Amino acid sequence: MEPDNIISTAPSITGQFEAPFPGTVVPTPGGGVLVSALDDVLNWARSNSLWPLVFGTSCCAIEMMSTASAKYDWSRFGFEVARASPRQSDVIIIAGTIVNKMAPVLKRLYDQMPEPRYVIAMGACATSGGPFFYNTYSVVKGADHVIPVDVYIAGCPPRPEALIHAMITLQNKIKAGGAREKIVIEDFKK
Amino acid sequence: MSKEELKTKLTELLPAATFDEAGEWLNVSIDAKDWLPLATQLRNYFDLHFDFLFCVTAVDWKTHLSMVYHLRSTTLGHYLVVKAKIADRANAEIESVSKIWRTAEFHELEAYDLMGVKFLNHPGLRRLFLEDDWVGYPLRKDYVDEVNMIKL
Repeated sequence: MEPDNIISTAPSITGQFEAPFPGTVVPTPGGGVLVSALDDVLNWARSNSLWPLVFGTSCCAIEMMSTASAKYDWSRFGFEVARASPRQSDVIIIAGTIVNKMAPVLKRLYDQMPEPRYVIAMGACATSGGPFFYNTYSVVKGADHVIPVDVYIAGCPPRPEALIHAMITLQNKIKAGGAREKIVIEDFKK
Repeated sequence: MSKEELKTKLTELLPAATFDEAGEWLNVSIDAKDWLPLATQLRNYFDLHFDFLFCVTAVDWKTHLSMVYHLRSTTLGHYLVVKAKIADRANAEIESVSKIWRTAEFHELEAYDLMGVKFLNHPGLRRLFLEDDWVGYPLRKDYVDEVNMIKL
């Protein structure tokens, strides 16, 4: 039984109102308070303003630079500023091969990023080791051996359009609220 | 100097050398123990004057190793490729030429790190790319790494 004092604008519940805004509105003295819609607003804001970390190790970095510059321009989508510091960035685009020597560095940069943080693995090397999957003593076979990845891009290197498609996919993933499950380490709570 | 003149001059200096004139540059094959005296002569003789060493490579031929040096003279304009054969794989040694061409210092560090060729009288032979406690020489054909290398 629904409580009387909740005015719901979601069509699935009342069926009568057009939903100008998703979520429920709970009126309180002094004005209405939007409760569950706040997450959607935040997700929308986050996804439209993801600042990438400057992280290009290999040839994919050239394609990333090309995406950043005038012809393909990722700042149309909100990736305006590519920050050099992990403390100030939201998404890390792993553009290039991760070798065994680079893996701890990548882990450290990822740990330094404040939440919510997202990861795009660009290109074949970051996805699975790429052309270096066989017979290499030094390449990590996929960046997801080191950090959890949200979006993978195929290609060697992927075209700038493919990178932009992956960024839009990440934006959609964030808007849908679909961050990966947070891995909580129980020991830290004690 | 043309290839024929170089060939004549080098045969004078080192009779045991063999030549391959197929490519653009003269290729001379020598044994590793003859390398240092020949290198000194290549640098210092006025008509040879090879003052620019532009590539140092180590090659693994499965039965033996060899070092390949690409030389150029900036004053006289001729090129030379020297292939020095190292017969003993287990103790691969050759004289360092870093006193003659300073650039060889770093190139030889790379060859030592990845192929295990020991350079005698090198100013500071050490691992360059790999960690200092790495065991083995990855670019040799018989290098095996169970963990990292997935065999095709």
